[in-house]
Amino acid sequence: MERMSGARILIESLVREGAEAIFGYPGGVTLPVYDVLYAHPLRHVLVRHEQNAAFAAQGYARATGKAGVCMATSGPGATNLTTGLVDALLDSIPVVAITGQVPQSLIGRDAFQEADTFGISRSATKHNYLVKDVDELAQTVHEAFHIAVTGRPGPVLIDITKDVLLAETGYSDDQDMLPLRGYRPELDPDEDSIQRAVEFLWASERPYIYAGGGVISSGASDELVRFSELLEAPLAHTVMGLGAMPSEHPNFISMLGMHGSYAANIGVTECDALIGLGVRFDDRVTGRLDKFAPGAKVLHVDIDPAEINKNRRADLGVVGDARSVLRRLNAALEGTRDSLGLARRPQRLAWMDRIREMKRQHPFTYTPADGEIKPQDLMRRLDRIAGGDSIVTVDVGQHQMWAAQIMRFNAPRLWQSSSGLGSMGFGVPAAIGAKFARPDKTVMAIVGDGGFMMSIPELGTISANRLPVKIIVMNNNSLGMVRQWQELFYGGRYSQVFVEAFPDASLLGAAFGIPGGAVADPADLDRALETAFSEPGPYLLNVQVSPEECVYPMVPAGGAVNEMIMEPGPAVAAAGD
Amino acid sequence: MRQLISLLVENKPGALMRVAGVLTSRGYNIESLTVAKALDPTLSIMTIEAEVSDSGRDLLIKQISRLVNVIKAVDLTVSRAVRREMVLIRVHVEGSRRAALLTEAQIFRAHVVDASPSTYMIEATGATDKLDALVSLLRSYGPIEMVRSGAMAMARSKHNQLPVPHFSEASLSGV
Repeated sequence: MERMSGARILIESLVREGAEAIFGYPGGVTLPVYDVLYAHPLRHVLVRHEQNAAFAAQGYARATGKAGVCMATSGPGATNLTTGLVDALLDSIPVVAITGQVPQSLIGRDAFQEADTFGISRSATKHNYLVKDVDELAQTVHEAFHIAVTGRPGPVLIDITKDVLLAETGYSDDQDMLPLRGYRPELDPDEDSIQRAVEFLWASERPYIYAGGGVISSGASDELVRFSELLEAPLAHTVMGLGAMPSEHPNFISMLGMHGSYAANIGVTECDALIGLGVRFDDRVTGRLDKFAPGAKVLHVDIDPAEINKNRRADLGVVGDARSVLRRLNAALEGTRDSLGLARRPQRLAWMDRIREMKRQHPFTYTPADGEIKPQDLMRRLDRIAGGDSIVTVDVGQHQMWAAQIMRFNAPRLWQSSSGLGSMGFGVPAAIGAKFARPDKTVMAIVGDGGFMMSIPELGTISANRLPVKIIVMNNNSLGMVRQWQELFYGGRYSQVFVEAFPDASLLGAAFGIPGGAVADPADLDRALETAFSEPGPYLLNVQVSPEECVYPMVPAGGAVNEMIMEPGPAVAAAGD
Repeated sequence: MRQLISLLVENKPGALMRVAGVLTSRGYNIESLTVAKALDPTLSIMTIEAEVSDSGRDLLIKQISRLVNVIKAVDLTVSRAVRREMVLIRVHVEGSRRAALLTEAQIFRAHVVDASPSTYMIEATGATDKLDALVSLLRSYGPIEMVRSGAMAMARSKHNQLPVPHFSEASLSGV
């Protein structure tokens, strides 16, 4: 056991838990930690706002499945992290957040930069800690990582008082860690529920798989594809699930829900067996709940027991890790395919034909226009560049939905979207974290003009680190999704949705030392994209798109998912390259 | 419906805040809450009463159960549980009525724990409706002041497992 300061123990513990980088911002009470980092090999990435430290940590975590680490000082540093933590909580992303706290002698006295971080972050995290004893620090860091990445992943915050960071105690990399008493995620399903699930599946005539972020968290992509093939069932993804099944798989019917595909939304309405895998029956997926899969029995697999029966009653709930459950299910399906599996197979094949026919007849569509770049056309071209194999981060709004509809993801952990919380300003910092995690991948942040304005400070981080992140601004001169709702549901009374004075991208980029440009003419788009992606470093491209475009199909909030508003006008297929 | 929840939690700072947070963030009002150390002093037992819709009861138990500090959460609302509450009541009463009050208090097995020429302090334990009856009786003697503990409860049998089968192996005795 070597004697060292709490600050040093913190850093050594982070390394011991596998941290490769900290996304952070220093301040008064974290000075002891930054003094250790001054001469330590652990990488620290200085972001330009603490909220973006949390988003960048998420970008790292979403790209790798490992916990992303962010750090901030007390008071405003900690409160600025909060949005990124709630975001990680809603999307079940493993993040470990470190915050400094004022010395114990000052806690509760309204000290400079004092905030009740432990209280504030309680509802923003899966779990949180306030460390007041240096002897508990190493164990706490260990617990935080364990809780963040196991079970249903999520953010964990450790608030550490400055006196703990300065205090000394013994530390060794191989000291034993204690188990947690109240935390035992159940990973393996019980055998009985697997047997019942197999009978349930083979009895179905119109099965429908609805897979979400839990499949990606558990690394169950291969098992998911096999499951869909064994059952010969169509598969729709939530916005969190994209990439779990390759978009080019013949069973894939895109996304379901508010802006889901026709085949996915009609399919879920007509199915007789709905298989939810790592999903939470979110309102943006189900629309009006009593009209969602109204004739279906539900098999719901989730690692979090609290998800079963939360929004939709499950006829059969299986608690367990998606990969473990799917492996057992696949083995059981294989063993019974030639016996139990034959009885309803003709009906299932007819159903699959019908779904594929709907998919063929009702692709995502848009109406081309002369002289302006349609946002869907931009997404098609970006998809061609990404090739189903690049990391794509997005913000929130119309561009997010078009990207989700049109872009292909042929592997998990390529698509990053603030899906549950819907935080604008997510895309650019997430791309920073993703690029640190996967320097081998092309990383593009596709953002709207509104969200980009929230992320401009991070151009500094990108420039300082020469991070080859491509920022594509889909600029419709408005907060497009809000504008769309005002157009469709508020009589076209456009209130506070026009983001004026958008900066000149080449001047803005140049101010940060990042090459940039703008394009508005469809004839110039390919060349502009080629310039952006052939540039070895970062690039900022502002793409002026049709300002009046709406995202279709659209299920109005609270409507039934089969009552979609479809694209008006003479539309063409948006995907299909 | 008034839900009665018994919890075994780690005796750590913040545990109460987390449990209360699950209730308050869903807009439930906590009607009563008692908490004290368990036999194992590193654990605490909480008893909570809250007004919760029937459809929300299972979900509430599961959402409390998933808290890292919570070892076990049991819904005792409809189970065979012994439920007790304690009350301290100061009654302002003088003269000849003092003797009558003591006689009537015995019906409730209530004890006098403090007395002055013009007041008695009465202690009683029992089910909530019994204590309600005592309170209304004592009111008839004069102005009262009252402190109640809120309910504490213990299941009568050990076969009190959560309604969700996958929790069965995680269930512990002692709550």
